[in-house]
Amino acid sequence: MTTRPTIGVLALQGDVREHVRALEAAGARPVPVRRRSELDAVDALVLPGGESTTIDKLLRIVELDEPLRAAVRGGLPVYGSCAGMILLADRIEGGIEGQRTLGGMDVTVRRNAFGRQVDSFEADLDVAGISDAPGGEPVRTVFIRAPWIEQVGPQVEVLARIPARATDGSPVAVGAGKIVAARHGRLLATSFHPEITGDARVHALFVNLVREQV
Amino acid sequence: MTNENLNTTAPSGAPAEASAGVVGTARVKRGMAEMLKGGVIMDVVTPEQAKIAEDAGAVAVMALERVPADIRAQGGVARMSDPDMIDGIVEAVSIPVMAKARIGHFVEAQVLEALGVDYIDESEVLTPADYANHIDKWAFTVPFVCGATNLGEALRRITEGAAMIRSKGEAGTGDVSNATTHMRQIRQQIRALSSLPEDELFVAAKELQAPYELVAEVARTGQLPVVLFTAGGIATPADAAMMMQLGAQGVFVGSGIFKSGDPVARAKAIVQATTFYDDPAVIAKVSRGLGEAMVGINVEAEPAPVRLAERGW
Repeated sequence: MTTRPTIGVLALQGDVREHVRALEAAGARPVPVRRRSELDAVDALVLPGGESTTIDKLLRIVELDEPLRAAVRGGLPVYGSCAGMILLADRIEGGIEGQRTLGGMDVTVRRNAFGRQVDSFEADLDVAGISDAPGGEPVRTVFIRAPWIEQVGPQVEVLARIPARATDGSPVAVGAGKIVAARHGRLLATSFHPEITGDARVHALFVNLVREQV
Repeated sequence: MTNENLNTTAPSGAPAEASAGVVGTARVKRGMAEMLKGGVIMDVVTPEQAKIAEDAGAVAVMALERVPADIRAQGGVARMSDPDMIDGIVEAVSIPVMAKARIGHFVEAQVLEALGVDYIDESEVLTPADYANHIDKWAFTVPFVCGATNLGEALRRITEGAAMIRSKGEAGTGDVSNATTHMRQIRQQIRALSSLPEDELFVAAKELQAPYELVAEVARTGQLPVVLFTAGGIATPADAAMMMQLGAQGVFVGSGIFKSGDPVARAKAIVQATTFYDDPAVIAKVSRGLGEAMVGINVEAEPAPVRLAERGW
């Protein structure tokens, strides 16, 4: 068993540095991944936030898409935030023509589901495995032009949803009840960006998942 | 649930009841720029160009009526773009859309926010509307990017609420020299601050004409508190890669793509060169067969009154 697993962060575009810092804080050894040889050397991988259409194109240009699909099929643990969630989804809605994903998670993800940047928001959310632990606090979540999960397959575990009502009882207008964090086997995905809040608990959840596999 | 923040309001005072949380916070605005890092933001003037940019792998597009090369050639007062034209581009693509407001023109900014653009560039490429004040960017839910030629200017813009900085180059020239100068200047000033003892930071703040707290933060962290891109004069994959090697976290390309001989190939090449900025073999490969680069204008040959980078203060 590795105590400090080597976890790659796909470094084609996006908030790579923030994931690197969060993984360090969570006890992993992060390394950037832009090439096949780098992918082959990691115990697990993080797909960062960024622009999913750009990352999709770059994955194909550098011919990392098929090796990554094969790695996911072969059981590589992968965590994706925001654009990373889109890349992990078996099905997407609101993608551009020809946009592909790596797949692996039996979920349907809607891109830019919460709206444009003026609709981007932060909120405290309960996340299973974190806020329900003894002494666990809600997670401060940041949603930036974020996707949500429309539908999940039977093997997918839902970890967090947008609440239907705010604390004053008024209904949440956009995204009420939508799934924003989920796990399918060794694949973990969040609509939000724990990497930019300084709270490493979601990354710690992933590092523990990786430790169980290695 | 302990979601005590669910009902707080946006900075502009607009009710946030339609949202599941708080909109328009500094973290949400600056975080948006974090997601653009390592990417290329391309100037476009039509929905067709916007589609080409998206298909080439741009992380965002900048919607404007004329690219800087044409503003420079045609002269006159350059203003915010026609809302119909911005709507057309917003409709055409799914990636973020940015648009420019004149320096100090807070009503153009209000209009752009109402149109739903994802980022506003308070830009010296347009004719300034106020020669004393920039826009109070804290008053908006939409985030702003502003240009800077040096660290003091960058920190003044951040004080006014800018959530992203781009080093200024000389837009519309295809001459990268000014972008180089300003990126080096900002990085050099940050390094200099980091080496100062704490008791010299007060005078450093005075000399930079920036708030002490921000100056002290930069000295401690060795970086700006927001993402730093570069802009102005970038015309080739090698230009983009050089800016990344100099410390830019991404690039804006204006006239350089759609004023070139083969915009599709050049756009793709600049995207790859930005990702593999430290790999000369990749830059060499993508630099082949791109056709004509935009016709350049030597910045030194431009009389000072038409140098755009000198607008803003």
